[in-house]
Amino acid sequence: MNFVAMVGRLFLGFLGTLGQIGTFTGTALSHCMTPPLYCGIIGRQMLNIGYFSLPVVGMTALFTGMVLALQIYIGSSRFDAEVAVATIVVIGITRELGPVLAGLMVAGRVSASMAAELGTMRVTEQIDALTTLSTNPFKYLVAPRLIAATVVLPLLVAVADTIGVFGGYIIGTEKLGFNSATYIKNTLDFMEPIDVISGLVKAAAFGFIIALMGCYHGYNSQGGAQGVGRATTNAVVSASVLILIANFIITELFFTR
Amino acid sequence: MTDHAGGPERMSPTPKISLRGLSKRFGPKVVLDNLDLDVMPGESVVVIGGSGTGKSVMLKSILGLLKPESGSIKIDGQEVLGLRGSDRDEVLRKFGMLFQGGALFDSLPVWENVAFGLLASGDISRKDAKVVALENLRSVGLGPEVGELSPAELSGGMQKRVGLARAIATRPEIIFFDEPTTGLDPIMGDVINDLIVECVKTVGATALSITHDMASARKIADRIAMIFGGKIIWIGTVDEIDNSGNPYVDQFIHGRAEGPIQMDLLKP
Ligand SMILES: Nc1ncnc2c1ncn2[C@@H]1O[C@H](COP(=O)(O)OP(=O)(O)OP(=O)(O)O)[C@@H](O)[C@H]1O
Ligand SMILES: [Mg+2]
Repeated sequence: MNFVAMVGRLFLGFLGTLGQIGTFTGTALSHCMTPPLYCGIIGRQMLNIGYFSLPVVGMTALFTGMVLALQIYIGSSRFDAEVAVATIVVIGITRELGPVLAGLMVAGRVSASMAAELGTMRVTEQIDALTTLSTNPFKYLVAPRLIAATVVLPLLVAVADTIGVFGGYIIGTEKLGFNSATYIKNTLDFMEPIDVISGLVKAAAFGFIIALMGCYHGYNSQGGAQGVGRATTNAVVSASVLILIANFIITELFFTR
Repeated sequence: MTDHAGGPERMSPTPKISLRGLSKRFGPKVVLDNLDLDVMPGESVVVIGGSGTGKSVMLKSILGLLKPESGSIKIDGQEVLGLRGSDRDEVLRKFGMLFQGGALFDSLPVWENVAFGLLASGDISRKDAKVVALENLRSVGLGPEVGELSPAELSGGMQKRVGLARAIATRPEIIFFDEPTTGLDPIMGDVINDLIVECVKTVGATALSITHDMASARKIADRIAMIFGGKIIWIGTVDEIDNSGNPYVDQFIHGRAEGPIQMDLLKP
């Protein structure tokens, strides 16, 4: 009896949170669609999310591409290794590893900082102050972050894809002794536009998720420094989990008929 | 419940702010309990009361930052409780607020903080807004060099003064001051008192202030209201407060530990 009540309470709590996130998303989207848009803030956020994430995302992509090449080489029989390494690296990176790893890295970096920034603004009453100065906090804080992250993540992932494939190329040509021209030809021959496009669509979705979770948890944080800390953790965890779920759903939509 | 609770018993113009039966609770904790208060146009009302009695909550409820469970809030006779969207923005434009903790935007330099409301209204260039901002900073005793600093580089009292400059920069009709002189030295405190008086008298603004500082209250108030137990238990002019005959008010203005108000820590 007690157990059933507990499960019921948990489930209701879950539904409540889902409703809150839904309302938050709806309000945020409506503010993304209607003017005025704060272009200066969008630009600054794009710089922060995209440009300053380049080192960490680039490193991740480079080493992932290199490891991938090594693993495939070890796993495939000698004679078709030259084709297998090039094609599996490019498909693996563009379809899955590029967007997912970049998404997770950016989630750690950006969701956390957004949640901390908005959370601090909440507990120091800066968000209340915005309202009293005729500025809607959704328009000024949330919408620019959502737009910037959704736009900039595909660009970031495009760069990550390139670096990742390049990582495979380095291992292939320098360590495994493949012919450089053949490697590039194999890469280009087997790469389909859908591989890249699906990856970039994923990236846009992940960007949206990252900013949404950072803003949602920061905006609703309460209870001082501890509350901000909790908001930061929740933002990163929920963004990461949602990225993995969204990745599954988008893959399902793109590649299974 | 009388219609004029808390207000003078005469046929008067519509109050600028009229609170009726305002109730707000956090979980089981009742903070405001059927609170009534009227503030007339151009009047300066000071609310006094112990720490944690709901003074800040009252201001935030009027601004719509907190949602009271019941009651009515009228601004210029218009019910504002439950207002949304552009109607709410319209009403909010009448207000300026000095937050208890300053609440300065730490991503912006001081002058942009002060100019924020002006820039948000959109009909002023950045250059002009900066001139106005520096003027407002000067009126709270801060030089133009402070304008370029970030709020984190200011002392607590300086932040308070910047908050004040920001609250009055748009020349709002109604200004809320949440403890304007707390954290300031006595001289600067008096400068701020004068500034508030000037805002109210010359600009014709309506002011609702909160303070613990009786000297400040006597200087800036037309009427003083005392909040206790979620209600306004006494309201009267500055002259009346010394002979209020209300033991709560007497205890508060003389700052005595013994009396009808028992601080939690004194309870056995
Ligand atoms: N967001 C909140 N969540 C829960 N309780 C709150 C919240 N805000 C205020 N309270 C409670 O409401 C009560 C009144 O708070 P308020 O800030 O209005 O006090 P105050 O009269 O302004 O006191 P002070 O003079 O110390 O500023 C406090 O007991 C506080 O615990
Ligand atoms: Mg307070």
